Amino acid sequence: MKYVTEFRDPVAARQLLAAISHTVDQIGATKDNPVRLMEICGGHTHAIFRYGLDRLTPPGLEFIHGPGCPVCVLPMRRVDECVEIAMRPEVIFTTFGDAMRVPGRRKSLLDSKSEGADVRMVYSPLDALELARCNPDREVVFFGLGFETTTPSTALTILQAASEGIGNFSLFCNHITVTPPLRLLLEDPEMKLDGFIGPGHVSMVIGTRPYEFIAREFGKPLVVAGFEPLDLLQSVLMLLRQRVEGRAEIENQYARIVPEEGNPASLAAIEQVYEPRPTFEWRGLGEIDKSGLRIREAYAAYDAERKFDVGYGSSKPHVPDTESFACGAVMTGRMKPFVCPEFGKGCTPEHPLGALMVSSEGACAAYYQYADVRPEVAE
Amino acid sequence: MCLGIPGQIVEITDSERKLATVDISGVRRVVNVACVTTNRSLDDLIGRWALIHVGFAMSLIDEAEAALTLKALHELDEVSGELETITRTEAMMRTGAETGQGPVQ
Amino acid sequence: MNALNKLLEGRISLAHGGGGKAMHDLIDQIFAARFKPDSREDQARLSHPALAEPGAQLAFTTDSFVVSPLEFPGGDIGRIAVCGTVNDLAVGGARPLWLSVGFILEEGFEVATLVRIVDSMVGTAEEAGVRIVTGDTKVVDKGKGDGVFINTAGVGVIPPGRTLLASSVRAGDVAIVNHRLGDHGAAILAARGDLALSASIESDCQPLNGLMEAVLAAAPGVRAARDATRGGLASCLNEIAQEAGVGIEIEEQLLPIHPEVRGVSEILGLDPLYLANEGTLVLFVPEEEADAALAAMKATPAGQGAAIIGCAVSEHPKRVVMQTLFGGGRIVDMLVGEQLPRIC
Repeated sequence: MKYVTEFRDPVAARQLLAAISHTVDQIGATKDNPVRLMEICGGHTHAIFRYGLDRLTPPGLEFIHGPGCPVCVLPMRRVDECVEIAMRPEVIFTTFGDAMRVPGRRKSLLDSKSEGADVRMVYSPLDALELARCNPDREVVFFGLGFETTTPSTALTILQAASEGIGNFSLFCNHITVTPPLRLLLEDPEMKLDGFIGPGHVSMVIGTRPYEFIAREFGKPLVVAGFEPLDLLQSVLMLLRQRVEGRAEIENQYARIVPEEGNPASLAAIEQVYEPRPTFEWRGLGEIDKSGLRIREAYAAYDAERKFDVGYGSSKPHVPDTESFACGAVMTGRMKPFVCPEFGKGCTPEHPLGALMVSSEGACAAYYQYADVRPEVAE
Repeated sequence: MCLGIPGQIVEITDSERKLATVDISGVRRVVNVACVTTNRSLDDLIGRWALIHVGFAMSLIDEAEAALTLKALHELDEVSGELETITRTEAMMRTGAETGQGPVQ
Repeated sequence: MNALNKLLEGRISLAHGGGGKAMHDLIDQIFAARFKPDSREDQARLSHPALAEPGAQLAFTTDSFVVSPLEFPGGDIGRIAVCGTVNDLAVGGARPLWLSVGFILEEGFEVATLVRIVDSMVGTAEEAGVRIVTGDTKVVDKGKGDGVFINTAGVGVIPPGRTLLASSVRAGDVAIVNHRLGDHGAAILAARGDLALSASIESDCQPLNGLMEAVLAAAPGVRAARDATRGGLASCLNEIAQEAGVGIEIEEQLLPIHPEVRGVSEILGLDPLYLANEGTLVLFVPEEEADAALAAMKATPAGQGAAIIGCAVSEHPKRVVMQTLFGGGRIVDMLVGEQLPRIC
């Protein structure tokens, strides 16, 4: 596969790993005093485990898994609201596969499907719109989920629906933006991070400038990285070299996809359809100001929150999550998944307590599935 | 977050709705190309590679930048060849210090 | 003739399962005309010289088949229903002989489609050298089925001296697959249409009894074989590791995977190791017989794509570990639930 295979070349990977080892030694980092790099994006977490990169890099380098999995940061009550919409008899509820198994307070979308809700998995919001075209007597709702990578796709889908006057399509908007939680993490005095591996696909939309505050205000480096193993390793090396050279800058390893200024058409579509919410709740992180998007008044007809009276605009009272487990600490990198008392015992991919165990990008599921840290279950 | 995969645009299927067919390792799918048509005619897209995410071409792949990244990776071969020599020499010097012998020249 | 044409152009009604004339017409003209049973008694009466051999064992298995769409590139529900049961017998070292078939038809199902499915079963049974000797039909109300569900049960004979058991796999044994991985799963995903992917990939759906006989003749020491159906190769390797109490190590670069299967997997964020197969098995053979087993496989039509993919090891008992392209190791776990396409 072009642009994929050449970035998975094992020979080049070995060279990169040798250079990483050498640079970690140069820094003098050790297992007990490691260089701590946060990969923000869940796709990076997934790739690190899928290719076993955590086992190939030296012990003086530690990956901290960040809050960049939109499924994992979704609060339980938003899942409950999905279920509420999905259970309505007139609704065809469409979603990306990722969100199907995420537990709400009472049930997941998969559970509601087994109870008779018409929940369908789609690959693209355009496919949900097509379902609306084909089923004019049903209400088709799409579960809009994701960071800036995915936001343009739902914005353009709403614009398409509006231009065709498709009235039975709406979006349950849970889009979030990547920089507000980063600021939150950086302002946390307990967070000890030496740099960030920046989310490549978010950046192809927003460009590299929105990260500048990280270097300017907090003196931390960030390298926007691609998703193939060589991309990740090269980005790690770039971060380490900044450290050696005493720099803290925003660099772009993924220039083949990410233009510095982002994608103007995508940004325009987002701007046209969405506006920031005053506040949005993140699982494990709580409410974060201006971190979520909602549909503008002009497109209210396509807003499932308004259409079905759920969520932030709803007349019903808003109950925040009560978390009995350590998802928040894991999400912010303060706790390794296997340290959580529920990990692999009360909380497994089969019976997840937290969303980090559901999504294959969640740090807990990644550790459970790929890394050799699972507690032995007595036989 | 954000699974994306390179695909090659092979055909414009609906110019009004800005839809095109992409080929991803032999698998084809119609995607929306609205995000990559700024200052460009739709026909110019044919043959170009784009990053595909949830049925949308999100960014055109810059072949020159891809080549530069790969070049940097391959230059590393030489650098890390040197690094290996340095590391080995250092290791030998340490061994030498422990055993009281000088490094082998 | 007119009555037959009328039946062929029509749809299944509740009367076709009611025990009356409509049901008998369906049985006579669709099923019996094709499966050609020896008699019309309520049971098949069977004998075979292989059963009389001292030490021979009877092998008996059953499987039910639901698939959407019913017809897909490389096969259909009928072909799968024959292959699935034949292969369940074959991977245990049995020579499959006879199959039963039960149809659960949904009211309104097109008879023409049913005929194509039955013809496909007859053709696949011939290919596998087995006979479909008895059967049953039921009809359910519209909306209570998915066109057609099929159950097949199969009987075969394990010749004296053959003992293929997952529990007898030992560290050092070599793991071989006969075919690329994930073709069926990817073909079905593309054929289903709701993901709007078009691909030319075909299901691997094929009987494997001929291949098993060839391999066992060339490498009688084969310890165990499993067909990697639902849950894919990953689930099947985990079962073997569990039962044998050994670790299994596979190498990513040795896994045969079609580029389109990679394409579908990359687009949907799926892992080909977990995609279903319908004509792909993995077997474990002592190292000294591995080359003979591989060569014998490659000499059969179902084994053209055969490859060694790894081995059983004494380390990490009951776990399957894959060496990735760069020598990093990762655990390949049992599939949890259904593999869902992901975007993020």
